[in-house]
Amino acid sequence: MPGSPSSPAVVVTGLVMRYAGKVAVDDLDLTVERHTITAVLGPNGAGKTTTLETCEGYRRPQEGTVSVLGLDPQRQRRELLPRIGVMLQDGGAWSGVRAMEMLHHIARLHAHPLDPEELGERLGLGDCGRTPYRRLSGGQQQRLKLAMAVVGRPELVFVDEPTAGMDPAGRRTTWALLQEMRDDGVTVVLTTHHMDEAERLADQIHIIDRGGLIATGTPLELTRGGTSTIRLVVTKPFPEGAPDSLRAALGHRLEVRTISEVSLLISGPADSTTLATVSAWCEDNGVLPESLNLGQRNLEDVFLELTGRELAR
Amino acid sequence: MSTDAGYFSPRPGAAPLARQVLAQASMEARLMLRNGEQLLLAVVIPVIVLVAAVEGAGALDLDFSRPPVDVFAPGVLALAVMSTAFTSLAIATGFERRYGVIKRLGSSPLPRSGLLLGKVGALLLVEALQVAVISLVALALGWDPALGYLPALLAVVAGTAAFAALGLFVAGVLRAEATLAAANLVYLLLMAGGAVVLPASAYGAFGSVAVLLPSGALGEALREACWTGGVDWPAILVLVVWAAVGAGLTARTFRWE
Repeated sequence: MPGSPSSPAVVVTGLVMRYAGKVAVDDLDLTVERHTITAVLGPNGAGKTTTLETCEGYRRPQEGTVSVLGLDPQRQRRELLPRIGVMLQDGGAWSGVRAMEMLHHIARLHAHPLDPEELGERLGLGDCGRTPYRRLSGGQQQRLKLAMAVVGRPELVFVDEPTAGMDPAGRRTTWALLQEMRDDGVTVVLTTHHMDEAERLADQIHIIDRGGLIATGTPLELTRGGTSTIRLVVTKPFPEGAPDSLRAALGHRLEVRTISEVSLLISGPADSTTLATVSAWCEDNGVLPESLNLGQRNLEDVFLELTGRELAR
Repeated sequence: MSTDAGYFSPRPGAAPLARQVLAQASMEARLMLRNGEQLLLAVVIPVIVLVAAVEGAGALDLDFSRPPVDVFAPGVLALAVMSTAFTSLAIATGFERRYGVIKRLGSSPLPRSGLLLGKVGALLLVEALQVAVISLVALALGWDPALGYLPALLAVVAGTAAFAALGLFVAGVLRAEATLAAANLVYLLLMAGGAVVLPASAYGAFGSVAVLLPSGALGEALREACWTGGVDWPAILVLVVWAAVGAGLTARTFRWE
């Protein structure tokens, strides 16, 4: 039933968006369940912001459909907008407006806003409340924009790279606030290219790359599967055919991927015997390991396995 | 799941439109008056022009059929309206686009019609302040206007509509810096040659062209209101046409982002 409290908060089906002949979003399917923190994770340029801005009604889907809280963000924009909160990646405030003045202004556009003073206090804006927006630090601007997104007591917030430019304390405050919102019944959709942010914060993660969804799951689902990873970094470039000869040495039970000319990623059911085998292979092939790490698979590894590229660039 | 007690428990909703428009108008008016350059344009320059023109006319013994302050005060009011409705609005809107303010407000409960109404409200608030200050200075200089309040109000509203439509057009097609330059340049050109402060009759043959400019039409309409208390209908018609042309151009070209 569309729009009922148990139906998904966001349903994106077959979304295609192109700009100047370049495909930004390529047949994307994505669902966000209510009362979750859902992270859309991917490298810069993966299509995260375009997808979010389509959900927010800024862009008309060129192909496919987008439904937010059971509404069409284009045709039912006026009905939808009071129910969502939006934190844009860039800008969003007059350069000369004072921080708390801006928050009060956004609050006045809503029927039942939170008390701006209290919210500002919680987000550490108390000290800079009278500072013009252009003189705020990057982290203060981010916290103000987050406050602007939530002050109207929305059912659903879209936050685009919420912790970009924040110091570690600011990131922790932001994470705690987003978690509290989720616990209070708000649905949170965030984009990030920080895998640790997605891993620590999100209930559900959608990994997108080059405009398409490449993996979906909880952080645990995405990183488990009996797999461990070994990262091998060597002091000088590997000899020709290194991945194949290493794979042969490991008995083809494990996946070997080249990350760079001096590093390899080995994934699969790896254990200490595997480490010994890799170590022996290095000696036989005259390469000197700089580091050899056995670890639990993290999202960085998942992304690397799925795309053959590093995530945080 | 019981979520009633939470601090962030959703309770969404838009404020009544009138309240949103009022909030937007007072916010924009405050920002306009806080900005030093805009305040200079809005109040300081018109007052200087008024005092200088009245004193200069006395010194040069210019021959008008009425006292210099009666000649210049309505024109300076027209200049003030032009500075706010055209130059200030264009510059402010240009930078709102640049800083993503319009985009951000686009996802707030405030509809675009509300944003436009808010801008109009801000202009009228600032103009009321300008009219009060300039009128007080003019009265101190001995101004003796005919009390054509409604004709003067009609002229100000029509002039505001014309200049605001043109200002939004400029802000919508040019980048913020180019808008800043163009809006100031047009202001200076119209102030010097647009029959705004000086009556169109003072421009000789060019006067008949000048009354077709929005500046000249607004100037003439305000002079008529302050001199005879009547309505200069041809001038009002010129302003309405400019407003329609500007609105049409803006509707075709304006980009909110």
